[in-house]
Amino acid sequence: MGHGTHRVLKGTDGVCPTPAPEEDRQEVAVRTPVSSRWRRRPEAPGSPGTSSSKGRCPRVTQPFLLPLSALVAHLARLAELFVSWARLGLGFLLAAPSAMTLPRFRPRGWVAATKAAQRRHQAEAAGGPRGPAPRSQRAALYVHWPYCEKRCSYCNFNKYIPRGVDEAAVRSCLVTEAQTLLRLSGVRRVESVFFGGGTPSLASPHTVAAVLEAVAQATHLPTDAEVTLEANPTSSPGTRLAAFGTAGVNRLSIGLQSLDDAELRLLGRTHSASDALRTLAEARHLFPGRVSVDLMLGLPAQQVGPWLGQLQELLRHCDDHISLYQLSLERGTALFAQVHQGALPAPDPELAAEMYQKGRAVLQEAGFRQYEVSNFARKGALSTHNWNYWQCGQYLGVGPGAHGRFLPQGTRGHTREARIQTLEPDNWMKEVKLFGHGTRKRVPLGELELLEEVLAMGLRTDLGITHQHWEEFEPQLTLWDVFGTSKEVKELLEQGLLLLDHRGLRCSWEGLAVLDSLLLTLLPQLQEAWQQRTRALVPGG
Amino acid sequence: MWLLAGRGPRCGRALVPWASGAACLGLPWLRCPATRGSTAEPWAPARLYGSGDRKEKIDMSRFPAEHIRNFSVIAHVDHGKSTLADRLLELTGTIDKTKNNKQVLDKLQVERERGITVKAQTASLFYNCEGKQYLLNLIDTPGHVDFSYEVSRSLSACQGVLLVVDANEGIQAQTVANFFLAFEAQLSVIPVINKKIDLKNADPERVEKQIEKAFDIPSDECIKISAKLGTNVESVLQAVIERIPPPQGHCKNPLRALVFDSTFDQYRGVIANIALFDGVVSKGDKIVSAHTQKIYEVNEVGILNPNEQPTDKLYAGQVGYLIAGMKDVTEAQIGDTLYLHKQPVEPLPGFKSAKPMVFAGMYPIDQSEYNNLKSAIEKLTLNDSSVTVYRDSSLALGAGWRLGFLGLLHMEVFNQRLEQEYNASVILTTPTVPYKAVLSSAKLIKEYREKEITIINPAQFPEKSKVTEYLEPVVLGTVITPDEYTGKIMMLCQARRGVQKNMMYIDQHRVMLKYLFPLNEIVVDFYDSLKSLSSGYASFDYEDAGYQTAELVKMDILLNGNIVEELVTVVHKDKAHSVGKVICERLKDSLPRQLFEIAIQAAIGSKIIARETVKAYRKNVLAKCYGGDITRKMKLLKRQAEGKKKLRKVGNIEVPKDAFIKVLKTQPDK
Repeated sequence: MGHGTHRVLKGTDGVCPTPAPEEDRQEVAVRTPVSSRWRRRPEAPGSPGTSSSKGRCPRVTQPFLLPLSALVAHLARLAELFVSWARLGLGFLLAAPSAMTLPRFRPRGWVAATKAAQRRHQAEAAGGPRGPAPRSQRAALYVHWPYCEKRCSYCNFNKYIPRGVDEAAVRSCLVTEAQTLLRLSGVRRVESVFFGGGTPSLASPHTVAAVLEAVAQATHLPTDAEVTLEANPTSSPGTRLAAFGTAGVNRLSIGLQSLDDAELRLLGRTHSASDALRTLAEARHLFPGRVSVDLMLGLPAQQVGPWLGQLQELLRHCDDHISLYQLSLERGTALFAQVHQGALPAPDPELAAEMYQKGRAVLQEAGFRQYEVSNFARKGALSTHNWNYWQCGQYLGVGPGAHGRFLPQGTRGHTREARIQTLEPDNWMKEVKLFGHGTRKRVPLGELELLEEVLAMGLRTDLGITHQHWEEFEPQLTLWDVFGTSKEVKELLEQGLLLLDHRGLRCSWEGLAVLDSLLLTLLPQLQEAWQQRTRALVPGG
Repeated sequence: MWLLAGRGPRCGRALVPWASGAACLGLPWLRCPATRGSTAEPWAPARLYGSGDRKEKIDMSRFPAEHIRNFSVIAHVDHGKSTLADRLLELTGTIDKTKNNKQVLDKLQVERERGITVKAQTASLFYNCEGKQYLLNLIDTPGHVDFSYEVSRSLSACQGVLLVVDANEGIQAQTVANFFLAFEAQLSVIPVINKKIDLKNADPERVEKQIEKAFDIPSDECIKISAKLGTNVESVLQAVIERIPPPQGHCKNPLRALVFDSTFDQYRGVIANIALFDGVVSKGDKIVSAHTQKIYEVNEVGILNPNEQPTDKLYAGQVGYLIAGMKDVTEAQIGDTLYLHKQPVEPLPGFKSAKPMVFAGMYPIDQSEYNNLKSAIEKLTLNDSSVTVYRDSSLALGAGWRLGFLGLLHMEVFNQRLEQEYNASVILTTPTVPYKAVLSSAKLIKEYREKEITIINPAQFPEKSKVTEYLEPVVLGTVITPDEYTGKIMMLCQARRGVQKNMMYIDQHRVMLKYLFPLNEIVVDFYDSLKSLSSGYASFDYEDAGYQTAELVKMDILLNGNIVEELVTVVHKDKAHSVGKVICERLKDSLPRQLFEIAIQAAIGSKIIARETVKAYRKNVLAKCYGGDITRKMKLLKRQAEGKKKLRKVGNIEVPKDAFIKVLKTQPDK
């Protein structure tokens, strides 16, 4: 994994000193004056949002607004239709054909613009070309779709198996909450959007479009902003994926999980290996270079050889992004119960470790960069949205149970807040209707807490924490100050698990696999250094 | 001989004229209406009867020694001892005859649950036989030989015993041990064969033969009863009067009283159970403890009925209680002799302080519970002076105690009472035995001020070069088993370093084996192994047999070359390998993986005798960590980091408390 493929944070934020290779720097082919339908009209000249996007995001002219309003009217009619379908409990089945009708009402140049934006995006660093807008005015947006068709045996996420969903109501609440949180946060630029779940590919493309529309209305959403949708092979025929594409999605993450039908059944997945490969092929056709697949490892009774076989097969079919996830048995899942009762063998952590190590090596061989513990990309196809989490950028969470971390506008002090939305969809909707948002919990993050997150999240990436990145959060205490003198940290450096040098602090190849153990030494060290500094700041202390 | 003693009552009368008008011999008023109520209560509730303020007192002078019988009931566990006692109490009108009388004398919850007697109880029964009024003192004994000292003290207050044997199970190990205690005390033994109605396999004739064979008692002396139904129990009372001699002793002689039990009442202090061998004692007397030489004034005397019933006096040959302002049960030690101030007598023979045979560490599960546990232990030891308490602390388990018990059952009962009566849960470490070392190093002798030292804590174990020899406690064990298991049991005994002393058939199918065992070989799981390889049929009991020389070694447990102080063990040379292996295996199972490999070793000096390895972590990182996972992940990491600070570090290895507990704790399932 050469640094040549790093395309992270070019420009003013530039952290990675290595320029991107030529192959990734394809210039934007078409810079069409016709923007995406959700592109935002710039604010008053001189505002940070405007200046940052200058030259990349052409001003939207007044006439453009006319077809847009026509489209909105059409969407409203469609929404009514959806409501009636949803009431019949058929919403999911009928969502696809209805979505297919959408493109007809789009300006023809829109898809081309999106495609162009995608190519341009690839040429730029992960983390996105960040404008000079201050951190507090930039954020990523996560949208949670809480419904699934069926419960997977391993999943303990916040999801619900509904009889019928009043999708129009959910949509309206998602839109309202996005608007409210954007306003509360004072965010002027949304750099990526991620539709997760649940199974967001069960939502109608119309809902996705409506949320993106609202975001673009309220803030600056660049044309090339990464918009990812999690897709389930069974609910994602090609036509439907295309509809999501026209709705504004430009990246897909496919929950493929396994290429072994028996394993898929064990996991309670509704698709087969061939379903998954078909969906993958269709997705690649629609979103070339912008498709990710998940592969699980460490399942009960899974053996190393056959699993590596799956990975090799996947490499013949996959696009430029793969996530390898070790199964973790979560309390309250069917799989946990089965293992606990002895109906299934407990996953062997030794075997899982071996799969992980061999899998990493295989992917590296295939030209993938392991840019995070579980994420691998080639040709610069990193997920900028997820990268933002590990860099401790701001993010807003919209939808039931969604998490966010941002600095509310107008709060005294400069404390970032961790927010959690109400978990249960019906209650969440009630709250959104009443208050404009369903934030259930707001926890101010202290300075130390934020630094702890910078540490724990940053070390998950291959770049680790650069000195510049650390300084953005903590200008006084350097990484050397915090970790340079600790005996225990020194032991980790000597063991070759950790690196602390002119670039910053990061894990070695071996260290990354045992990061959680390393953090048990690093976090207390950070706390101690912080306390010492605090004491030093107290007069006479 | 006892004819002479029969004159006693006259002197009694002479000394104490009819004090009360309660000449009436009718018994109903003696019944204790509250007895039934008290049976449901845990032990040591508020005493129901205060000092002398209730009704009229019994004039104890009406019971001359020749009309007194002091006896015990002894039996193997669950052979019907307590049920027979219930019937005797009912028959003599001591308690009402109701269906609820079950183990009236067993007041502790653990006694009722386990069918054992831990704390001896005494009851005075009034029985009219052929026109004569008898005072029968039933001195209940702890059934188990853990309490053999207490048993022997109780027996020394008696002249005879009822040896109860279950007609179904026949003679068991404890029957034998108890018989010999009574036999050595030269007591009259009345065998009682108890037939349980609900069991069909009863064979009283076979049991008669066993008794004849094992104890040399003619089979026609056996009384066959059903304690549950009360069948033939009357003839037991007849036999007590006919076959057990009355106590000897003289009222004219100066007071000589044996303390054979004591209890603690939080309002009245120590209540000592006494048997008068000579003399008279009454309220206001000044008495002296032969052991402590402390002087007390008697506040109250009386009989146990079975609750305290104050009387004016107690006379030679009688059994009762005495309250004299003693504040602590250690002031009324079992076996001590009491006499009148300025009238010293030769103390009764056989007194010894309680000697702990099994030691175990006791720690609160959480250190914040320390004070609660401390007060619970204090309260329990108020009533059980045989438990020795040393403060102790462990780097891993925190502050706690090293407790000495009379035996394994005693330890289990103590622990169970802590849990049941005081709701305390504790970590109890694997029991150890008190080893001894005969020192050769002049320096050490000077330091300890004696040549022979007892080693309770392995950390104190002196090096071999400074020692002439090491000694370990041994016991004489009795196993009684159906003969089909003999082979397996002999193998087990040999594996436990047992030396066979005797083997005999007590009937056609049952074998009695006697082995000399090192105590430490049987303290942990011998009994369970014996039960499981004999399908539950073999029984086991043991008695103290002093010390023998032993090749003891100190075994260290090392983690990557660093000694773990908490796990230093004294072990017999022949057992070092197997014990070391078990400890290493348990550690391996409970030590969490770390970033490097951990070698767990058991070593004697520099010689490694067992080894296990904990592999290094190859993967320890949360797979998914996105926006919604951060809060949970940080919380988890911080909690782990916090926990890590509390871990005990051995070298650079972090050892959780659980790992120590798993290694040190008694493993009931092994």
